[in-house]
Amino acid sequence: MKSTNNKIISAKHINFFYKEFHALKDINLEISSQSVTAFIGPSGCGKSTFLRLFNRMNDLIHGTRIEGLCLVEGENIYAKGVDTDRLRKKVGMVFQKPNPFPKTIFENVAYGLRVNGMGDKQFISQRVETSLRSAALWEEVKDKLHKSAYALSGGQQQRLCIARALAVEPSILLMDEPASALDPISTARIEELIVRLKQNYTILIVTHNMQQASRISDQTGFFMMGELVEFGSTKQIFTAPEREQTYNYISGHFG
Amino acid sequence: MLAKRCNKLRERIVERIFSVSGAITTIAIVLIVVFLFREGFGLFGSSTIENGYSLFVNAKNDISSLSPTDTKRIFDGEITDWRDVGGKAGEIKVFRFDEIFNLYSEDAFGDNYALLPDKLAEVIDNNPTIIAFLPDKYAPKPSSVVKRLTDRRITAADFVLGTQWLPTATPSPLYGMLPLILGTLLVSLFAVILALPLGLGVAVYLSELSDNRIRRIMKPAVELLAGIPSVVYGFFGLAVLVPLVQRTFALPVGETAFSAGIVLAIMALPTIISVAEDALRSISPAMREASLALGATKWQTIYRVVIPCAKSGLLAAIVLGIGRAVGETMAVLMVSGNAAVMPHSLFESVRTIPATIAAELGEAPSDGTHYQALFMLGCILFIFTSIVSIAAEIITKKHHTSKEL
Amino acid sequence: MNRKSKQTIAFGAFRLLSLAVMGILLWILGFIIYNGAGAMSIEFLTTSPKDNMTEGGIFPAIVGTFYLVVCSMAFAFPLGVMSAIYITEYASNATIVRIIRIMTNNLGGVPSIVFGLFGMSLFVNTFGFGDSILAGSLTLGLLILPLVIRTTEEALKAVPDAYRSGSLALGATKLQTVRRIVMPAAMPNIITGLILSIGRISGETAPILFTAAAYFLPQLPHSIFDQVMALPYHLYVLATSGTDIEASEGAAYGTALVLVGIVLLMNAFAGVIRRYFNNKMKTY
Repeated sequence: MKSTNNKIISAKHINFFYKEFHALKDINLEISSQSVTAFIGPSGCGKSTFLRLFNRMNDLIHGTRIEGLCLVEGENIYAKGVDTDRLRKKVGMVFQKPNPFPKTIFENVAYGLRVNGMGDKQFISQRVETSLRSAALWEEVKDKLHKSAYALSGGQQQRLCIARALAVEPSILLMDEPASALDPISTARIEELIVRLKQNYTILIVTHNMQQASRISDQTGFFMMGELVEFGSTKQIFTAPEREQTYNYISGHFG
Repeated sequence: MLAKRCNKLRERIVERIFSVSGAITTIAIVLIVVFLFREGFGLFGSSTIENGYSLFVNAKNDISSLSPTDTKRIFDGEITDWRDVGGKAGEIKVFRFDEIFNLYSEDAFGDNYALLPDKLAEVIDNNPTIIAFLPDKYAPKPSSVVKRLTDRRITAADFVLGTQWLPTATPSPLYGMLPLILGTLLVSLFAVILALPLGLGVAVYLSELSDNRIRRIMKPAVELLAGIPSVVYGFFGLAVLVPLVQRTFALPVGETAFSAGIVLAIMALPTIISVAEDALRSISPAMREASLALGATKWQTIYRVVIPCAKSGLLAAIVLGIGRAVGETMAVLMVSGNAAVMPHSLFESVRTIPATIAAELGEAPSDGTHYQALFMLGCILFIFTSIVSIAAEIITKKHHTSKEL
Repeated sequence: MNRKSKQTIAFGAFRLLSLAVMGILLWILGFIIYNGAGAMSIEFLTTSPKDNMTEGGIFPAIVGTFYLVVCSMAFAFPLGVMSAIYITEYASNATIVRIIRIMTNNLGGVPSIVFGLFGMSLFVNTFGFGDSILAGSLTLGLLILPLVIRTTEEALKAVPDAYRSGSLALGATKLQTVRRIVMPAAMPNIITGLILSIGRISGETAPILFTAAAYFLPQLPHSIFDQVMALPYHLYVLATSGTDIEASEGAAYGTALVLVGIVLLMNAFAGVIRRYFNNKMKTY
């Protein structure tokens, strides 16, 4: 059942628990493809938890439970028999801290292809190149593809992680505060990259940096204490928020 | 004011006590090294002939000294002609001290055996091809008829490369440690090869797959396995494994390198498991998440990311496991059969270095070459285990720095 | 074969290996307990061996092991704990700490028979203690020293630095901080280490082979200069060099059970202490 209205992600009445703790409370939202959606809110509000629902990374934590419907490309990803490995191939993720493997730059990008059974060398090296180009890293690393990924700077490492995620051709990219560990220049390059990637990918990004959210996103969701307080176009959220809590937060009254 | 000064003084004194404690520990290991090596290195330079005895030949014989191995073979009757040791042809006549009492009656030796040396000289004079093994106390003075063979000194090469360990052989004990080294390596390597798949498997299971409930059972179980005294393992091996091995492989005896290897493998398991598990658990969750988020299965994540990341830690586990196996004494002493011969297969009795020390030290008089040779074996063990500790430290240190990069 | 079934096979293999290791442990324990239970009785624990060790009990060996454990810990425990305090709390010179640490690590890897050699050379011969409780205990104490230091060091490091700075900021001296703040917080783990060391010491054979242990003694030791019988050596003798190995088998199983019992008891005891104090910490 493909959704008709181009909504690649929809969440319906999502409730999420860590053991007794009610981490997400009745979340509803829909996201259309080829857009950037930012989630903001004070720390511990549940925005990262919400992001990690879509590639089922929360499964790795013991004692978590989800209620409600979580659809990716119209498919209930929490239905019985869903292959999480295949889901994660479709829904890529970039983490807060750059976390390249202790392998070469080339092998980092090729990793996702290899684990998914790709053995064709030519194809792999082609894909590595296009992924690195898409992540705007190719020019900087093309001469040292077989050097350790740890030789790169923090910002380069994070772009490598983006390239690594792109290599398996996901349709959705989850980014969990991807620039929070980086310096301003590296952050700017990542932001540029996100805007460019929007043409081909649907991007969900968690950020604590409101300027960042306003610069790069099309829609913004504001989370507080496990609730999605407000969700709408970025312009509207930052210029004319409907809820008082949202207004207080973005105008810096707390958090 | 005074109370404050008292306090200060007390602080200083206590700190001094603490630092002295630290120093004692350091001194202890220095002492160990000094005593081991002092006793051990006494071996080199000692005479190859049993203490207090010498070898004599007829003065016409052009041989002036003999190697320990040749001496042994002559007295065992394996060499019967002087030609074989580089002399003039002539059948060797072996003469041991007690034989003198068959040739002469007690009265012939005079008071206090004063004439014994002369009688011995007479025997040597009468037999041009004789070799006599005599106590220095009654030995004839070297003269125109009697020649004392020059002492050879035990060399490091004799010790390290010698293929025979016969510490009680007379007149010339042989201290070749090659069979012991090979025995130790054979048993230890076999043990580690057995223990590795088990140990690494359990480590992976504990760190990656098991839930908390199972960990709470398995961790103490592994600790318990480490806590069981080695003599109990030896007893278990002797009572259960040795008969089992003997029956299964239809061997004349069950006390073999094979049995010892199995017991040692069980004993090395806890070391391998805990070091390897620590190494695996120290890999940051970010690595695992990154791999899973790319669509890798859990197993792919383990063997393509987690294990390669933990490589050096796993290597340290192997090294420490070998160290543990090499130094183990009692269990091996009980189940390996203790035959000090060059090992040819797993299904023969072997003798390891620690087992040799434990078995023989009680019988070795504390001023003799045998005692010194056993200390020398202790030095070898000490050097080996020090190398193992240092290697493990270097390996893990490299691991840490590479992670920080 | 697809990657899912590879994973199933691999994980199955790991489970099997783990089961195998648990099986080995249960086999050994079961074997010792099953066979040893038959030999166990009050009489076995409280009388001396008779008739060339085929009859009677193991009382002198129990007493001997007790003496050895007490004397060696009396030497090694204070020394080890104080060394650890020095390393973690006092030593500011990184090189000295490094040297001590390398030395103790190295000492920890030295095989127990080498300690036996050293003990014989230094305590028995050079110091002239002869085969005695004193010589054996000093040897065992040296052997256990690295373990005591390591466990104490870990216990001290587990105490948060905030405790120390909190105390120092209130004007407490270093010694006061160590005594009143750090030591009480680290004590449960130090005691756990002590108990595990006792379990380890009571089973060691090789170090006492030539420094303390006697094959058979008609009476209990009177002073620390006497030789003693000891449980692990007694088991070794019964299993390998008794006059009638078949007939002394029962006693051997019994001795093995007592040894394993001590280790089980010590491990359980350590576990209880650890759990008790962990729970107590949580409620604060």
